[in-house]
Amino acid sequence: MSTPDLAVADLTVRFGGVTALDHVSFDVMPGRIHAVIGPNGAGKSTVFNTISNLVPLDEGSVHLAGVRIDGRSAHESAAAGVGRTFQNLGLFSDMTVEENLLLGTYLRGRAGWLACALRLPSATLEARRMRAEVSDVAATVGISDLLKQTQTSLSYGDRKRVELARALCMRPTVLLLDEPVAGMNPLESATMTGTIRSINEALGLTTLLVEHDMNMVMSLADTVTVLNFGRMIADGPPDVVRKDPAVVEAYLGAPSDTDSSTKEHA
Amino acid sequence: MKELAFFLLSGAALGGLYGLLALGFVVIYKATHVLNFAHGSFVLLGAYVVARFSSWSFWGALAIGVLVTVVLALLAERLLIRTMAGRAVLSVTIMTVGLDIVLLTAARTEINTQLLPTRDPWGDKQVVLLGLVMPQARLVALLVSIVVAVSFFIWLRYSRWGLAFRAATEKREAAALMGIGLGTLSALAWAIAGALATVSGVLLATYPYPGVNLDLGTIALAALPAAVIGGLESAPGAIIGGLIVGIGQILVQGYQEYLTWLGAGFHEVFTFGLMLLVLLVRPQGLFGQKEIVRA
Repeated sequence: MSTPDLAVADLTVRFGGVTALDHVSFDVMPGRIHAVIGPNGAGKSTVFNTISNLVPLDEGSVHLAGVRIDGRSAHESAAAGVGRTFQNLGLFSDMTVEENLLLGTYLRGRAGWLACALRLPSATLEARRMRAEVSDVAATVGISDLLKQTQTSLSYGDRKRVELARALCMRPTVLLLDEPVAGMNPLESATMTGTIRSINEALGLTTLLVEHDMNMVMSLADTVTVLNFGRMIADGPPDVVRKDPAVVEAYLGAPSDTDSSTKEHA
Repeated sequence: MKELAFFLLSGAALGGLYGLLALGFVVIYKATHVLNFAHGSFVLLGAYVVARFSSWSFWGALAIGVLVTVVLALLAERLLIRTMAGRAVLSVTIMTVGLDIVLLTAARTEINTQLLPTRDPWGDKQVVLLGLVMPQARLVALLVSIVVAVSFFIWLRYSRWGLAFRAATEKREAAALMGIGLGTLSALAWAIAGALATVSGVLLATYPYPGVNLDLGTIALAALPAAVIGGLESAPGAIIGGLIVGIGQILVQGYQEYLTWLGAGFHEVFTFGLMLLVLLVRPQGLFGQKEIVRA
């Protein structure tokens, strides 16, 4: 059996007296799309924040392609291969889309600050190569025409796509997508879902996503983990999970609701 | 008219130096939110080291001076910022006041009442520019300020490190998740401020000061209003704030005979008066961004 790209074991996080995550465990195998769902306050974002090392663990471990990464700093997680988007957009406002994407290539750059300051040929050459990479990724996500714009001039849906492109520029081992279609209209949501699927198929990129849009989750994910009050109440293929009585009771509601609804309740 | 042109050019030279000093404040503030009150003693120390070694070679002494203030700044960053990580920024700011007092006391025992020459190559030569006879030191100050400021902005705008610096100063968490080491950038900001301190210190010791003396340690305080006027979070604001203060000071000083109704020493308080006025109208400074606080 191959090593999972992401292995989360007994993840436990406490904020004072509140247990935000209580022994949560799941594996994400290479090239798979894994969704984490649950009502608001279930601990989904805390899962992302612990994997990214923004929030320290109280118990448990996180392994990325067999290498333990919990206890490191946030930038070391990124260097290890965790790329992510944010629920509340994490784009930089005074930068162009191209500059935002170039930040995704930062880790692969080798030019030192002095070489950059003196604009040595090595630094200039590297910058040109990174721009070409950024241009390729922008074409993949369909935002080539936005590269010279500042993010403040973009629609919400376009900003989400820029975030996705920036995370792809990092060439991560595991891509974490935090509510990638939240706030989008149905057309934008369908486009984004298609983009994520085609990227996964083309690159075989292991993806972990948190999302409230059940249609998107059920059509896209290979495996679904359901959280409620920080505890894992189900884990498995979408078709099995959606029929799980505990999941229906805690989150999805009656089956007829899940079939028709596109957006989950608060 | 010639007089006005002379004042404007001299003011721009002085303003450029204030701009470089203000940039030292701004770079550290942007990276760490600490107002480094020890910047003045960094300026004095850098200029002092250059004066001490300049009998050997001015350029060699300048390199040593830059090295010393960069190392000092890195030590300060390591001791103050890293060990105080997570504590109130105000505590760290107050610690820089303490560091300033320690360094100035040490400098006082070394320099005392001496006026040390930096033996710079331009000395007290005069040049004729656009029909104006100008001390060469002022033109060098203006030229160096322009070159340093432009280089800094090119670095900030077009290099991966500059991009990382801009990202880390806007959204620290998001920047860290792009793989940007915030500690490295904090150290880099202090190192840049340290290098700027020596460069501006040496230039100040040729114009408007006649050499290195203890007064040089207080000049950074005079440049603080430039940083505040421009906006403490804005690097271009620091340079423009410096120019406003420098040109304003020289004009007020040059035309003080017409401003006697404002009091004899008005040019000395003009800068701070201007700073108060700007803060009243635009608390974030001319180029700073208004902080939005969620209710």
